[in-house]
Amino acid sequence: MPNVIIDKDRCKGCELCVHACPQKVLEMSKDLNVKGYFYSKPVHPHKCIGCTMCAMMCPDTAIKVEVYGTRYRYFAY
Amino acid sequence: MVTIFTRPDSMFDTPTHYCPGCTHGVAHRLVAEVIDELGIKDKTVGVAPVGCAVLIYNYMNTDFVEGSHGRAPASATGIKRSRPDLVVYTYQGDGDLASIGAAEIVHAANRGEKITVVFINNAIYGMTGGQMAPTTLPGQKTTTSPKGRDVNHIGYPIRMAELLATLKTPGYIVRSSLHDPYHIAMAKKAIKQAFIYQLEGKAFSMVELLSTCPTNWGMTPYQATQWLKENMLQYYPLGVFKTPEDE
Repeated sequence: MPNVIIDKDRCKGCELCVHACPQKVLEMSKDLNVKGYFYSKPVHPHKCIGCTMCAMMCPDTAIKVEVYGTRYRYFAY
Repeated sequence: MVTIFTRPDSMFDTPTHYCPGCTHGVAHRLVAEVIDELGIKDKTVGVAPVGCAVLIYNYMNTDFVEGSHGRAPASATGIKRSRPDLVVYTYQGDGDLASIGAAEIVHAANRGEKITVVFINNAIYGMTGGQMAPTTLPGQKTTTSPKGRDVNHIGYPIRMAELLATLKTPGYIVRSSLHDPYHIAMAKKAIKQAFIYQLEGKAFSMVELLSTCPTNWGMTPYQATQWLKENMLQYYPLGVFKTPEDE
């Protein structure tokens, strides 16, 4: 199962990853991070397909994606 | 467990100073990923612009020179001509490249300097507070055009890619966008091709990236990407305008 790891203190709460995710894995947190932003977090990690679209949209390189085995991709990156 | 996406080695761990949702971060990452993939980190020199990306040397793990406002192609010309073995790229915004530096970019392209220019077009002056830029769309409201850009008074926005593609000197001129993951992948392909043409010593290359400025456009980051898709893509068509193989 793919694993989306979000460095919450790098996140600036722009929500681009939330809109980019085709599986609706991510949602905005109700808590604040150290910068004072509502950070994004994976609330449905079991739905993740490891497409890395959230990480591609993230302007702050806060998202890291890890997978086991086969990698599914929508397009070459 | 295999890591398939993480911060590239050519970027430092420093958090950027950009506003939330600004696509400058994406453009930095694409350039860094291309430098990593081509393995040219140790022989790359960047030229930083004046604009929001003025502090790019804090984020990129390559050598950097700070250019004067708009004169980054001139600095890059000097570096490339004295050390042809280095890979030289400039990273410029639209206020820097299309306005004050219009002469430098046109003549660098016309001389066919073997440099790569990454041009961020967000249709506004970001750093100074949202003034009207040469690339501001007709009718777009900015702090210096509160009733919208009047094309009878100011003229139409400059399409830099089309302008440079009319030159006879060979070059690689392409426009791409950063508003969704698919176009980000396409943009990365274009940047990689631009660096490859430079490594082969073939031609001047410029990649124009349509970008968002949520703060000065007065929108949320997601609305800004949708606004770019609906408005900017009509006026600035995407595609490859010139390749060195054309004649």
